[in-house]
Amino acid sequence: MNLRKVFALYTIGFIGVTILIGIAEWLFDLPNRWIGWIFMALSMGIYIVIGIVTRTSEADQYYVAGRGVPAVFNGMATGSDWMSAASFISMAGALSAQGFGGLAYVMGWTGGYLLLAVFLGPYLRQFGRYTIPDFLGARYGGNAARIVGVVAAILASFTYLIAQVTGVGLIVSRFIGLPFQVVVFVGLIGCLFCSVLGGMRSGTWTQVSQYIILIVSYLVPVVVLSFQLFTIPIPQLTYGQLLQRNNARVVELARDPQNVATREAWAAESKQLAERLKDPALPPAEKAKIEAAKKTADGQAKPLIGPNDKVENYLKVPTGTGMWNFLALTFCLMVGTAGLPHILTRYYTTPSVRQARQSVAWSLLFIFLLYFTAPAYASFARNAVFSNLVGSSVSDLPRWVTLWAPAGLFSVVDKLGDGVVQLGDFVVKSTDFVVLATPEIAGLPFVITGLVMAGGLAAALSTADGLLLTIANAISHDLYYNVINPKASLVRRLTITKVLLIVTALIAAWTATFRLAIIVELVAWAFSLAAASFFPALVMGIWWKRANKPGALAGMIVGLGTTLYYMVGSRFFGVSWFGTTTVASGVFGIPLGFLTIWIVSLLTHAPEKEMQDLVTEIRYPRSGGVAAPGRVVPVPS
Amino acid sequence: MVSQLTPEQRERYWKYNIRLTVILLVIWFVVAYVLGGLLAGQLNRFVILGFPLGYYIAAQGSLAVFVVEIAVYARLMNKKDLEFGIREEATP
Repeated sequence: MNLRKVFALYTIGFIGVTILIGIAEWLFDLPNRWIGWIFMALSMGIYIVIGIVTRTSEADQYYVAGRGVPAVFNGMATGSDWMSAASFISMAGALSAQGFGGLAYVMGWTGGYLLLAVFLGPYLRQFGRYTIPDFLGARYGGNAARIVGVVAAILASFTYLIAQVTGVGLIVSRFIGLPFQVVVFVGLIGCLFCSVLGGMRSGTWTQVSQYIILIVSYLVPVVVLSFQLFTIPIPQLTYGQLLQRNNARVVELARDPQNVATREAWAAESKQLAERLKDPALPPAEKAKIEAAKKTADGQAKPLIGPNDKVENYLKVPTGTGMWNFLALTFCLMVGTAGLPHILTRYYTTPSVRQARQSVAWSLLFIFLLYFTAPAYASFARNAVFSNLVGSSVSDLPRWVTLWAPAGLFSVVDKLGDGVVQLGDFVVKSTDFVVLATPEIAGLPFVITGLVMAGGLAAALSTADGLLLTIANAISHDLYYNVINPKASLVRRLTITKVLLIVTALIAAWTATFRLAIIVELVAWAFSLAAASFFPALVMGIWWKRANKPGALAGMIVGLGTTLYYMVGSRFFGVSWFGTTTVASGVFGIPLGFLTIWIVSLLTHAPEKEMQDLVTEIRYPRSGGVAAPGRVVPVPS
Repeated sequence: MVSQLTPEQRERYWKYNIRLTVILLVIWFVVAYVLGGLLAGQLNRFVILGFPLGYYIAAQGSLAVFVVEIAVYARLMNKKDLEFGIREEATP
């Protein structure tokens, strides 16, 4: 049976089982917790079986899936490798809160693939190595570039990994009811099955199966909602009307006397808290508490629209510094997308350069399906809140509010004490509930919530999988095999990789149990870090034969250093260049990285002639890759 | 195989690649940063099916353009490869 048939059957089977669970819910009144358990056991079971079936101990299979993954499937695997808890759980929520400003994420996380397609993907495949630090080591020679690559890869991947583990914990603890601390470890066991036994090979095929689950589960709730509201099951088309409807509703609410009174009550509370903060004898713990309360009050007191405005802030395009930050963030996310090692390595796994090119196109098509749905998801969620929550009675809140309240992502405060929920009474602490709760908000059967849960789990696990492999391979292949012990046998290397996978997973799970608030920010930073460290060195290494080792080293260090400096400086010490936000820190490091590579390379010796010829050679695809291990690679002295 | 390409052919192949790359990047830049960013406010005055145009480009239009661009790139470059007789054997 060929692969297409297998995965077509798998998709039909998964949808079939979902429908069966739906029928069972309807007929036997299946408890929600059971449905949660069934979906988790079912999806984890699938991943574990695939992990066992595709186990391998050959180097080419373990590191690059034998370079035999057809373009379409590599596209799907890249899709789920790429789409993490941030894309699946957080993005639509962020859009519903930020409106136009949030679209920087939508454009940034897709537009980066064009950079990847034309600058990197096919050429990395043609070069034919195993990892990204491996490319740096082979292209620039010596171990220094390789080691800087390893450090940057771990730095970017590990923060990202913790966020995925946290995502798994949130989902499973909410729907299954196991404690968060237990769940993160359980989730990682499932993840390890996919990577320890078969490396990139089993990683690839589980990621394909995870993509199918995540895309089905993301589309189903919005398609159903679109059909309910407009009788057209294409949410991406119908939500335009919803944008207008939500806008009209917000304009109306902004003039509503009860709602205005609520906002004034919040403003009064903010003023009162400000008075209390002036007390110099306030203990620090108390002070932090009051500051947090004041921030909430300020947020709730903000007017929905300007006086005389007819358009809500949601649709407003930022101007001035706001526009600069929008563009800078979009840029950083795009370049970061093209610089993240766990994505780049996926293009080593295709059989040829031709397929690497096609594979980038497939990747983005599969990613596009989720991303162009996210703004629609956000609009349907807002509409559900406006029509389902606002105006309802406080003593008889909708079911989803009581179900979700313990998770602490939002609360309903009857500020006026009038017994009616005003928009200003809805205090959102984290918009992460939006995607997961929308099926419940809209009153859909619980089976759809179970489906979304399985999808979120798939998104987080598949990304965690790719990240774990990237970290473990960077240490075992690049650091241990290439730097410390080049004579190590394959068996030994693979054993070390497996041990590292388990150790990294345990450290990540352990770190996640602390639930550090800074994790969300660290993820946004990971993009800027990857963008400023890898992208310039990779692009120059491929496109400019004169680029040399000192140039690349200096470029990576300057790019990384500038970005780190601005991140920490702007976040904690009030540094500000052109008013740039901390999440767009890479906007300075990226061009500086390019500039440094250029200048330092010209000031130092040109690379050996063999290396220069090799760089010209990767322009013309041929079988096997020009610098594949086993081929004679000229190493500059 | 590569060895069959004459220097003149190699030059033509690479020039073609560069030209295609530049055209695609210009479109990418205009769509994402000019239409979806700088001019989005002005474009929002036009509303189609409820979508303000600037919002629509940033939320969905630009994404579709990126997908098409990459597909076009893969198609044209792969065609060019065949035209120049660049054929990779499938690696086992």
